[in-house]
Amino acid sequence: MTLKKQILTAAIAGTLASAAMATTDGKVKIGVLADMSGTYADICGPGCVVATQMAIDDFGGKVLNKPIELISADSQLKPDIASAIARRWVESEDVDTIGGLVSSAVTGAVTQVTNNSKNIALITGSASNGFTTKACSPYIAHWTYNVVALANGTVKTMVGEGKKKWFFITADYAFGHALETVSSNVIKANGGEVVGSVRAPLGTTDFSSYVLQAQASGADVVALANAGNDTVNALNAATEFGLTESMDIAGLLVFSQNTKAMDGNVAGGMKLTTGFYWDLNDETRAWSKRFKEKHGEIPSMAHAGAYSATMHYLNAVQKAGTDDADVVMKQMKTTKPNDFFAVNAEFRGDGRMVHDMLLVQIKKPAERKDEDDIYKVLKVIPGNEAYNPMLDECNFSR
Amino acid sequence: MINRKLLIALLAIGLLAPLAVYPVFLAKLLCFALFAAAFNLLLGFVGILSFGHAAFLGTGGYVTGWLMLNSGLTPELAIIAGTLAGALLGAVYGKLAVKREGIYFAMVTLALAQLTFFIYLQAPFTGGEDGMQGIPRRALFGLIDLSNNTVMYYLVLAIFCFGFWLINRTIHSPFGQVLKAIRENEPRAISLGYDVEKYKWLAFVISAALAALAGGTKSLVFELASLTDVHWHMSGEVILMTLVGGVGTLFGPLAGAALVVTMQNYLSGGELGNYLHIIMGAVFVICVLSFRSGIVGQLQKFKRNNF
Amino acid sequence: MSGLLDINFFALSGQLLVGLINGSFYALLSLGLAIIFGLLRIINFAQGALYMVGAFAALLGLKYLSLSYWQALIFVPIMVGIFGMLIQVFLIRPIANQDHLYSLLLTFGLALMLQGIFTHLFGSSGLSYPTPEALKGGTRLPFMYLPNYRAWIIAVSVVVCGLTWWAIEKTKLGAYLRAGTENPQLLQAFGVNVPLIITLTFGFGVALAGLAGVLAAPVYSVSPDMGSNILIVVFAIVVIGGMGSIGGAIITGLAMGVIEGLTKYFYPQASSTVIFVVMVIVLMIKPSGLFGKEA
Repeated sequence: MTLKKQILTAAIAGTLASAAMATTDGKVKIGVLADMSGTYADICGPGCVVATQMAIDDFGGKVLNKPIELISADSQLKPDIASAIARRWVESEDVDTIGGLVSSAVTGAVTQVTNNSKNIALITGSASNGFTTKACSPYIAHWTYNVVALANGTVKTMVGEGKKKWFFITADYAFGHALETVSSNVIKANGGEVVGSVRAPLGTTDFSSYVLQAQASGADVVALANAGNDTVNALNAATEFGLTESMDIAGLLVFSQNTKAMDGNVAGGMKLTTGFYWDLNDETRAWSKRFKEKHGEIPSMAHAGAYSATMHYLNAVQKAGTDDADVVMKQMKTTKPNDFFAVNAEFRGDGRMVHDMLLVQIKKPAERKDEDDIYKVLKVIPGNEAYNPMLDECNFSR
Repeated sequence: MINRKLLIALLAIGLLAPLAVYPVFLAKLLCFALFAAAFNLLLGFVGILSFGHAAFLGTGGYVTGWLMLNSGLTPELAIIAGTLAGALLGAVYGKLAVKREGIYFAMVTLALAQLTFFIYLQAPFTGGEDGMQGIPRRALFGLIDLSNNTVMYYLVLAIFCFGFWLINRTIHSPFGQVLKAIRENEPRAISLGYDVEKYKWLAFVISAALAALAGGTKSLVFELASLTDVHWHMSGEVILMTLVGGVGTLFGPLAGAALVVTMQNYLSGGELGNYLHIIMGAVFVICVLSFRSGIVGQLQKFKRNNF
Repeated sequence: MSGLLDINFFALSGQLLVGLINGSFYALLSLGLAIIFGLLRIINFAQGALYMVGAFAALLGLKYLSLSYWQALIFVPIMVGIFGMLIQVFLIRPIANQDHLYSLLLTFGLALMLQGIFTHLFGSSGLSYPTPEALKGGTRLPFMYLPNYRAWIIAVSVVVCGLTWWAIEKTKLGAYLRAGTENPQLLQAFGVNVPLIITLTFGFGVALAGLAGVLAAPVYSVSPDMGSNILIVVFAIVVIGGMGSIGGAIITGLAMGVIEGLTKYFYPQASSTVIFVVMVIVLMIKPSGLFGKEA
């Protein structure tokens, strides 16, 4: 067949085939794309699905008089797999909104798809601040936390305490780079110095050579700009090689599951920033108890964030009377999120959900009542102190 | 040699399929079919096993993607550039690899592919673990907008048909006859005066170029190029597709790619994601033990024995 | 000024020592591969997966059978070896007369299956295995703190590799083995059960991988993909050392570990590529490998 004929055929077929963009069919279908079995599975994997389902159930299971559908898939932490799933979901399976989303590389790839197709992305697991700056979009809701909040919490506090020289062990992808950059800026702005850094691939299990480099650097603090099992493994290596005897370790992103996996005698005393702690007050305790009954483990901030984001989204759909993304987003930004997770919160024009963060300290085993009693809350960091200010060009509410 | 009726039937299916099936899935299938066909040129028709073909798939993808992201090139030019990059890499790697034979050839190609993987991992332009994201499709020849998936699919179909035609012509040319002679009895080919190394090298370059063509096209389909494409698992996957489909047959790679990509589509992303590797592995084992001629090979045998 | 030099020397020695530790694993694994290829002409792409199975066996043994680390060191390699022998008898022997490449593909498929099964059962993130009490702690050397367990790894590897090399090159059993692979019919004519020897040898080669797995469990998390990551490196090492050479595999394994450590100090970005660069260079200059005999 000649090329011309092929083009003609294509043109005809093209008009017949549906140019599937976001469908406004009055039915809400949420897809949770998370890490079901990899390094971040405990943080936002099956638990994020559970949390999202809880929100749907608590909301009543129906919105706009139609049942709410929930599907889920495993991103396997690979951008190409996640991107293909997201594309298939929004182009041929009528998914309205994609939630979960952990690992900034995966989230980056997925939001490329959802921004083009005008679907909402509820980012609950990822940390990179790029989603509300360089890569901002009117269809992004960055809910739970980001690297700026982590740095402004942990790093600022420690530099203030006199820990001036820092060495970074960084996960070698978008999240790690962003966290290191932002933290370095905070260090320098507060009179500190970054004496060195090293990049480790995501999923590294043996940190011995990186730990050796850290030891040789003469730093006061070794910052772990990674998460999940990477943090646990890095801490283990640091302990094994005696680094913890002469230097502090700062886990910049630590979830409750990781804390429980660490040796309390070594990790005890470490300060970290989190968006949620189950034992903070009666409200958080009540919700966390329900979550633990369904999931078998206390919730991480990603789980709580997934619930909160889904709830806020469904409320907005109800109020707006449609599942059209533009209208719903506008509605979401007009109402202030308010639940056990989103405290003193505001959902800004750039898609950043700003809320109070917590600076906590890991309890030593002797101080713990039971295995879940892991943190001592040191102070509450108000949202506007924790987060980056909104950029003019990303303000989609004007 | 090729069954005319079969060819027309397949073409008709190819043209009408997007009406029923998700076009992006079809495009993916064709890209992998081209990749497998390129690989099969070496394994099936020259008799050499390359364990590093992912290097070419990935190179095509990254080069095409980078050009689309950083210059105003139209897609067909970017794809051609990706193909040429693959050919160039194939020329260099091929020169090094064809000096060796059998398992050593496979190991050299594997080592070179690993080298390529780690270079791409470190190089900033690829985005490393994050991948090269947001590759725009733009308009073919500056005229035909490719953002519609069905239109994109027809472009992929055209590219696949081209690649398929090229392989067919190569096999049935005098050049191709020498390749087959090398596969059947290399010492005799040498004694007949053929510069065996040069023939193998040329076949390697063609194979690499077509693999890169598949890669460049794929990166436009998915608007993404990632390390998965250069990982050695990908080299293993293309071997699987060819083995399952039928080594040394023309339609084998297409059948094998169709099977593997369909399996991946249904199993991955869900609870059953890990069954995928188990099944793929089992298929490998079964194929080697009994079914060595693959689906298409078995069908051909069946046809020969019974008709 | 001298302070700066001190730190550099310390850092370098530290990396070299870590390199030696990694090299010990490389040596153990490539020894198994070299035995299986060098003597049996089988390309065992499943060596990495069986290493992983060894690590999991230690973990599961601890969890469900209260198998201690020391017991695991003995029983797990035997178990993995038996498993390997079953594979050889039922899957590999049938294709023994075919092109070598078929054994490559078959064992590749096997590796995929094993990895898939364990990923399905245990997820893909790593599980931790505790360091045995007796080996906890470490010694403070002038240039670094050397954990006792890591020193143990080096010791075990050197001893096992040394004994194996001696057994194959210097004993009568080893002579039978080498004869059996060079001329099986002749040896069989002398009344030696050659198929049995081949099966046992395969089992031994695989048992080495299982042993490496147990050794690895406390330092690398136990995860289903731990084998596939290390396998490609090990293959490169066997090719560099010379695919028929037992001694070559051991020396090259240790050397590559050290070279990797050196690279990590001087030019960290190249540390993962250096082994492959060496392999390409060696293949171009001395195609049969540094210590290999022409096939």
